[in-house]
Amino acid sequence: MSTIALTINGRRHTVDVDPATPLLYVLADELALRGPKFGCGLGQCGSCTVLHGGRAIRSCVTAVGTVGNADITTLEGLGSIEKPHPIQQAFIDEQAAQCGFCLSGVILTAKAFLDQNPNATDAQIQQAMSTVLCRCFGNVRMLRAVRKYADGRRAGGGRE
Amino acid sequence: MAITPDVTRRAFLKGSGALIVSFGAAPFVSASALAQGPFDTRPSQIDPKRLDSWIAVAADGTITARTGKCELGQGIYTAQIQLVAEELSVPIDRVRLIQCDTALAPDQGTTSGSQSTPVNFNDRNLALAAATAREALVRLASERLGVPVDQLVAVDGTVRVKSDASQVVKYGELIEGKTLNIPLSTTAKRKPHREWTVLGTSVPRLDIAAMVTGQFEFVHNVRVPGMLHGRMVRPTAVGATVAAVDEASVKDVPGVVRVVVKKDLVGVVAEKQWQAIEAASKLKVTWTPGIPLPDQRTFYDHLRTQKPSRDAFVVNSNDVDAALANAATVLKATYLHPYQMHGSIGASCAVADVRDGKATIWSPTQSAYPVRNGVALLLGLPPERVQVIFTRGAGCYGINGADTVSYDAALLSQAAGRPVRVQLSRQDEMAWENYGFAYVIDQRVGLAADGTIVAWDHEAWLPSMGGRPGSDRPGNVITGALAGYDPNVVEARAATIPTGGFNNGSNAAPSYVTGCVGNRCGGTGKVKSERILTHTVRSPFFTGPLRSPSRLQNTFAHECFMDELAAHVKADPVAYRLRHLSDPRILEVVRAAAKSAGWDARPSPRPGLSRTGIARGRGIACVLYEGDNGYCAMVADVDVDQATGHIRVRRFVIGHDCGPMSNPGGVRNQLEGGALQGLSRALGEEVTWDDRRVTSIDWRTYRSLPVGFDVPTIECTLIDRVDGEAMGAGETSITLTAAALGNAVFDATGARLREVPFTPERVKRALDARKL
Repeated sequence: MSTIALTINGRRHTVDVDPATPLLYVLADELALRGPKFGCGLGQCGSCTVLHGGRAIRSCVTAVGTVGNADITTLEGLGSIEKPHPIQQAFIDEQAAQCGFCLSGVILTAKAFLDQNPNATDAQIQQAMSTVLCRCFGNVRMLRAVRKYADGRRAGGGRE
Repeated sequence: MAITPDVTRRAFLKGSGALIVSFGAAPFVSASALAQGPFDTRPSQIDPKRLDSWIAVAADGTITARTGKCELGQGIYTAQIQLVAEELSVPIDRVRLIQCDTALAPDQGTTSGSQSTPVNFNDRNLALAAATAREALVRLASERLGVPVDQLVAVDGTVRVKSDASQVVKYGELIEGKTLNIPLSTTAKRKPHREWTVLGTSVPRLDIAAMVTGQFEFVHNVRVPGMLHGRMVRPTAVGATVAAVDEASVKDVPGVVRVVVKKDLVGVVAEKQWQAIEAASKLKVTWTPGIPLPDQRTFYDHLRTQKPSRDAFVVNSNDVDAALANAATVLKATYLHPYQMHGSIGASCAVADVRDGKATIWSPTQSAYPVRNGVALLLGLPPERVQVIFTRGAGCYGINGADTVSYDAALLSQAAGRPVRVQLSRQDEMAWENYGFAYVIDQRVGLAADGTIVAWDHEAWLPSMGGRPGSDRPGNVITGALAGYDPNVVEARAATIPTGGFNNGSNAAPSYVTGCVGNRCGGTGKVKSERILTHTVRSPFFTGPLRSPSRLQNTFAHECFMDELAAHVKADPVAYRLRHLSDPRILEVVRAAAKSAGWDARPSPRPGLSRTGIARGRGIACVLYEGDNGYCAMVADVDVDQATGHIRVRRFVIGHDCGPMSNPGGVRNQLEGGALQGLSRALGEEVTWDDRRVTSIDWRTYRSLPVGFDVPTIECTLIDRVDGEAMGAGETSITLTAAALGNAVFDATGARLREVPFTPERVKRALDARKL
């Protein structure tokens, strides 16, 4: 066990865990966050995705001891039910979910990619999303929501 | 209304307690203590014949509805709220819905088989309860206002005089100090479709805002004070049993509370989840070698020779051999389908609190009451001491690990004497789930000289073991079997001539036969000479319903073979289908899909085939799902890269009729997801094994299409058949994808694919075998 300080969704937290513990279990168990989820524990499906300094990482295979000072953002940190982030709003508008379990992977992977590549083509978005699984196969709506967010983001000057 | 964090499990429980106070507890208790519940379960204390078991109206006018059909991602939560809001004439934000809690909701068996809509949206159960409640409120208003009921109308949570809006009384005022302690009416009238304002509209899903913002409480998020974390240690091979467990091997792992061994069920319980994972990986268990598995390369031939075999006719006109002997032409083909898995995106999870002679299970099961009974059996508790609280998990598409992990959590919690959360690993989930059936299907059809089908002979083999546990077979899933309970295994039975009507629940009979059993014909087609025979044999792996169980496999074989017949007689595939169909509704969805797709009427394959380059084609397939539960037709437009064997679908066009739709947007969501899940299953999904164990155990070894691929456009033509029965829509499109795809590949290339999945290697082999 060791004491580890983390910045999660803009707030500082201190946890006392084995530094080898994957970040996912710290977020889900120590901090009771609901966004990142255990899908495979192997970094293959995306359900545990969080943003780490703006990059999408798989928290199920990221040891908490390696996280450092960078900000961790989960779906909760992006927006709220009352004030969703534009990419969350796009998913609500497009009704782009069925069971909803995969959404951390889908939304945060897309956001991180578009933050880096604001002018991405559909083919590039498709490529970026080729490492994320949704077993309900909401692909049509999800990709439409991502496109909508990307277009809105560009029109808004990329501030989101 | 959206589901917000404060409208989750605990708030529901707390709130509902207050809401039902005015009714008293007595009506909930089934005094007769039924000998058996309605679904072969032990009795529920919630009497489904009493209105108060379904609907409660609070003093503030809020409606609380209780249902035994639960949200699995298919949208039924929102649709049921629409139903209750519509029947009771209140806005949807006035309705709360409690789903599948054995302490609070009636026993409606399992949420499966596309049955939630037929069961709850016609003239029974939840719909009937809501209509009963509205009529009861109108009767109360009639007494209060001194106005006959036929001059009253329920509007926006009030009852008022039709001709005088000033004479009005709120539901809450009618209820105050009174009780709706009445039985469900058998004569209560649903609101006519033309008056619907909420039901039948595309109300956005009420849970999506909470899900996209990470607020929604899945079962994976349930945290109980004092809760420990459990992980399972499954056998290393199929049939392996415990020889020895070396508990000392984990004594140095921090946080370990207990090693649990119950016959061949092994698990570890630790303070923290990571500690449980480490302990599970370090625990030294010696397993027996298990049973040798049949060679996967010859598995389909193996199935044909297996004994015992449970044989059944769906229909047998007893003249098929003669009709085939007299036919101008007889065509034959064999279709093959592998075991596939549910492959939920989230490995299954459950939380159990077993203490002081009672148990509470937070479970993602589709079967709350059956799991209650199974847990009771495993724990040695009376069922009434077990409460199962349905809490959503990842989409299941049938029996995934939800039931088995609920048993795991219950047993580990009982052993530890504290609440335990069990999270299955990806491998636990994939190596041991109840797979969708593998299938071998022989088709034999006789044609008249003019190309008309005169006889259809279908013979199929499928392997089966276990299945849904129901109330008394916990061994039907891995945990129960490891704990010492036997699964259902196939016993020999000879096929007999069916009686009691045509049941095409597994779509074993093609759409083109008359389906005549006794004097009644329940099929959708015209072919009178018909024999549909199924042999169920023993499976080395657990099996169970996977979205469109058997329906998909049978329909793949029927609809592709129908295409082969059309090609043989050089008929257009749509016209040839229409020629052999009789049911006007299936005719209409076929025509609708063909029209929307701009179908080019001509025989397949397309003219001017070439062996090289990208080949483009189209294919069609149709079905009446389960013989009575949703009409669907699908056109697929594909490109086939003849150099690589890679199939790219450009477009799916779907024609659909499921009676009056509760939520057309929800229907579209299901049709789209079903089509693409069907595509993933058709192109790449296959359970694999070696001589001892399953080898498809993660997303590298079991290939799913990802979110980002060349996603086809999907166009749906929805026929809103308002005067019909409400039917399911969750399994219709997926039933057709493989068939429509195979037919499109044939149209494009002249190569016929008869084995799922259509991997590039397999497609390439079929292309190379062409005589072009």
